[in-house]
Amino acid sequence: MTAAPLAAGVQRRYRPAPLNPLTILTQIGAIAIAEIQKLRHDPLELLTRVIQPVLWLMMFGQVFGRVRGIPTGGIPYVDYLVPGILAQSALFIAIFYGISAIWERDLGVLYKYMMSPAPREALVLGKAVSAGIRGLSQAIMVYIIALLLGIHLRAGFLNLLGVAGVIMLGAAIFCTFSLIIACIVKTRERFMGIGQVLTMPLFFASNAIYPISLMPNWLRAIAIVNPLTYQVDALRALMLPGYHMVFSVAVNVGVQLASLVVLVFVAARLYPRILD
Amino acid sequence: MNAIDVSHLRKRFGAVTAVDDVSFTVPQGIVFGLLGPNGAGKSTMIKILTTLAQPTSGSAQVAGFDVRRNALEVRRRIGYVPQQQSADPDLSGYENLLVFARLYGIGGAQQRQRILEALELMDLGDARHRLVRHYSGGMIRRLEIAQSMLNDPEVLFMDEPTLGLDPLARHMVWDRVAKLRRTYETTIFLTTHYMDEAETLCDIVAFLHQGCLKAYGKPAELTAQYRPGADLDDLFIALTGRPAAKSVAS
Ligand SMILES: Nc1ncnc2c1ncn2[C@@H]1O[C@H](COP(=O)(O)OP(=O)(O)O)[C@@H](O)[C@H]1O
Ligand SMILES: [Mg+2]
Repeated sequence: MTAAPLAAGVQRRYRPAPLNPLTILTQIGAIAIAEIQKLRHDPLELLTRVIQPVLWLMMFGQVFGRVRGIPTGGIPYVDYLVPGILAQSALFIAIFYGISAIWERDLGVLYKYMMSPAPREALVLGKAVSAGIRGLSQAIMVYIIALLLGIHLRAGFLNLLGVAGVIMLGAAIFCTFSLIIACIVKTRERFMGIGQVLTMPLFFASNAIYPISLMPNWLRAIAIVNPLTYQVDALRALMLPGYHMVFSVAVNVGVQLASLVVLVFVAARLYPRILD
Repeated sequence: MNAIDVSHLRKRFGAVTAVDDVSFTVPQGIVFGLLGPNGAGKSTMIKILTTLAQPTSGSAQVAGFDVRRNALEVRRRIGYVPQQQSADPDLSGYENLLVFARLYGIGGAQQRQRILEALELMDLGDARHRLVRHYSGGMIRRLEIAQSMLNDPEVLFMDEPTLGLDPLARHMVWDRVAKLRRTYETTIFLTTHYMDEAETLCDIVAFLHQGCLKAYGKPAELTAQYRPGADLDDLFIALTGRPAAKSVAS
């Protein structure tokens, strides 16, 4: 089937772009870059997000550093805590994306995204990438705080690159998860309620602040299916000298990639439902 | 070939039938007005034609493609200005358009040129770097029209494009719609419940009332058929049993 022919003398100046990988990358970039531009217009947002990790490291870390019973494998507890807190701050940023999607729906922005030729997967991935970039800015802050607290982190180029990759992956996972929740609950109020209920277990039922070997069986069962656990294990290996990974690299990366693929698939299918 | 072909279209929301067995066509290159009071089913019709909503039954073709089977091909060829405001207040006018240029796969040297051209045509060239939160209602509407023409759509849908605008802003929008149509022969499908708007802009109008199509034709012919010397307001009252909304610009 061909497009409708035009009246004599009028030329369409523009042919619709074919849907190839380059177009799809451009579409993912469209959404991600828009988010980054908003950050540029309001850089204070990033600074406010540094407060929470600082509090955790300074207060929680200092007090629990005195407890000798936490089996960190010989690593000082505050050091052990840093990758967990980094993952946490990326999680808290990412989990916010659902509510911002509801907000965008209320603003009417999302309607027009949805009727553009961009595949839903590209719209979801665009958000995921921007969550990843926000997560990266958190990583920089956490490294600076750690430096100020005199915590020794591995700083090889490949380590830093690895940390960046893991943070982006983790933020993308929880951003997409959050979008799915938003598509189900649909209103800001309900999201606020459920967001609290989900974020806390995600954080505490993981190895972010204590190893899973300390957990009772039922909690360990949750931690094992929680992608945050694998993210933190990978981060510790990349950031802490002398840390022995609980899982293998293949498991840590594999679980996270698989989670992301499944979540993006589900979110892309549910995304239009947020409009109803 | 028609820009739009609607055949026995029906849309139910539970017990409410928002669009009830509606059939009509829109020839290419005209300004078509779908008229009717609030709740008549106009927005629902536009959402089906722009692939945002699925019809319960019946079929519709836009720019030669079926809205259900070929939604993506339809989306690539249309523009849409929704009834509610839809620009992102936290981005500048230019950045708003940039998002859509990229979503439509417009890149390279074309990108900047097309965005500036669209902004210029809508008289927003000077305001392009300001955040949209500081725009007036009329400016936001014009920005949305600029955005909707980025992909050079074959059919442009505008849902109540002048709702809530002051008279000056309304005339500006009318002027731009006419210009779009003259310059690019874009088929324009707009909905309104302002009869003066329909009289000024539309080549063909259709009346929708409680989801049913009540009349279809050229405004002058429709009114003449109804009663010599009548205007669209009179026809509106006759068809819907109540007066049309008082337009702020008349
Ligand atoms: N998502 C929806 N769910 C339930 N009812 C709806 C929905 N959208 C529209 N309606 C109903 O369909 C009818 C037509 O609405 P609409 O198309 O918005 O009319 P108009 O745009 O002409 O004012 C109204 O009775 C409205 O309440
Ligand atoms: Mg409406």
